[in-house]
Amino acid sequence: MAGPGSDLPDHPDWLWRTPEPKRSYDVVIIGGGGHGLATAYYLAKNHGITNVAVLERGWLAGGNMARNTTIIRSNYLWDESAGIYEHALKLWEGLEEQLDYPILFSQRGVLNLAHSLQDVRDSVRRVEANRLNGVDAEWLDPQQVKEVCPIVNISPDVRYPVLGGTYQPRAGIAKHDYVAWAFARAADAMGVDLIQHCEVTGIDIVDGRAVGVRTTRGPIAAGKVAMCAAGHASVVAAMAGVDLPVQSHPLQALVSELLEPVHPTVVMSNAVHVYVSQAHKGELVMGAGIDSYNGYGQRGSFHIIERQMSAALELFPTFARAHVLRTWGGIVDVTPDASAIMGLTPVDELYVNCGWGTGGFKATPGVGWCYAHTIANGEPHPLNAPFSLERFTTGALVDEHGAAAVAH
Amino acid sequence: MMLISCPWCGPREEAEFHYGGQAHVSYPEDPSALSDEEWARFLFYRDNPKGPFAERWNHSASCRRWFNVIRDTVTYEILAVYPVGTPKPVIA
Repeated sequence: MAGPGSDLPDHPDWLWRTPEPKRSYDVVIIGGGGHGLATAYYLAKNHGITNVAVLERGWLAGGNMARNTTIIRSNYLWDESAGIYEHALKLWEGLEEQLDYPILFSQRGVLNLAHSLQDVRDSVRRVEANRLNGVDAEWLDPQQVKEVCPIVNISPDVRYPVLGGTYQPRAGIAKHDYVAWAFARAADAMGVDLIQHCEVTGIDIVDGRAVGVRTTRGPIAAGKVAMCAAGHASVVAAMAGVDLPVQSHPLQALVSELLEPVHPTVVMSNAVHVYVSQAHKGELVMGAGIDSYNGYGQRGSFHIIERQMSAALELFPTFARAHVLRTWGGIVDVTPDASAIMGLTPVDELYVNCGWGTGGFKATPGVGWCYAHTIANGEPHPLNAPFSLERFTTGALVDEHGAAAVAH
Repeated sequence: MMLISCPWCGPREEAEFHYGGQAHVSYPEDPSALSDEEWARFLFYRDNPKGPFAERWNHSASCRRWFNVIRDTVTYEILAVYPVGTPKPVIA
């Protein structure tokens, strides 16, 4: 009998080599998460640069790549954000074929609910902005929300009634581990060295130019050094004397036990602050907002989980009997304008990709594509040029705080 | 959830408090004299250490007063609580 998960493939054999680090590489990428692996892949695939090492202090994709809620969408308000996230979404649409590996990319749509008149105005505005940028978007009234997701409570007699929602049909989810493995396997096959349990402890700079890294497995020379350390972005950049305008916070998520399929799409709500989807195996996957304080502990405070659950229960009364199976936290690096930083640094041949905050997973292939271009050419791809470090000095912020959705 | 000792109200659960970010960041004495870089640093750049961090908390659900805390950002252990306007204690 075909039960939930019966379409999942078996656990794979080893998909990549475990090489000893060489003494020198053309490009050293610090951080073996989704972004680092995708960057290595596109460096090899798009630019023919294969003498590349990805250095990971833990195991591949064991940080935020293993901890996110796998939501993929591109319905951001501002042109700059729509540009890079829509580029990523288009890559997602061909990724399984490109990487020749199942990633369970499921375009089941994303609903962003509106609970107040201001929510409604902002949402309608965002729908129009999305359409102007070629991003699929619709405004749905409460009844249409119910048609897309029958388990959503649209009763007006709740604290934050659903007044409607935006819907992006092409959005969805993917299996995060498989995405990482797919990129890792493909990069490895083109000659990239994926080196795990290799922590970078220093960045060597000569005459204002990055020339290599020191690691727990010895020094490694590098023509170019690309930082890709997410929650540890500040820690890594400090090794090169570079300050970043990011703050690291815990971000928590949780899953329920396995349930029959009840939730056909992805529902996000900023006002009550929860986002929910149902994974292929059947567990409900929920995330919330960040914990308020700075933290590197990969765990957060329980009252955040309580609030997230009460928000979810108001939206989905049918979840009342579901049990929480597991909660966890990741470390997200948040910028003042809630947009990423990707591009050059004050140090020559040292590149930065960070600040994706709570929304980095969905951008993975787009980041890889654009960051590889930036590294290969020594100048930003047009899609990440607006996300420069200099914008905090020039004032050209990409203010997605509250514009696209607080929750990414 | 953390147990935070308000200097005035004693130990209370974290949910009663509001976070204020890095402590000891003073407003520039002559803002108009700053370069764009200096202004950007004041506005957008804060320390983000992995380890002890001097930060502000407000007991928003009770006495509503601000105070400073040194907290380890890895273990979340609170190492010191001290009044606003006093020097940062030296943590051994």
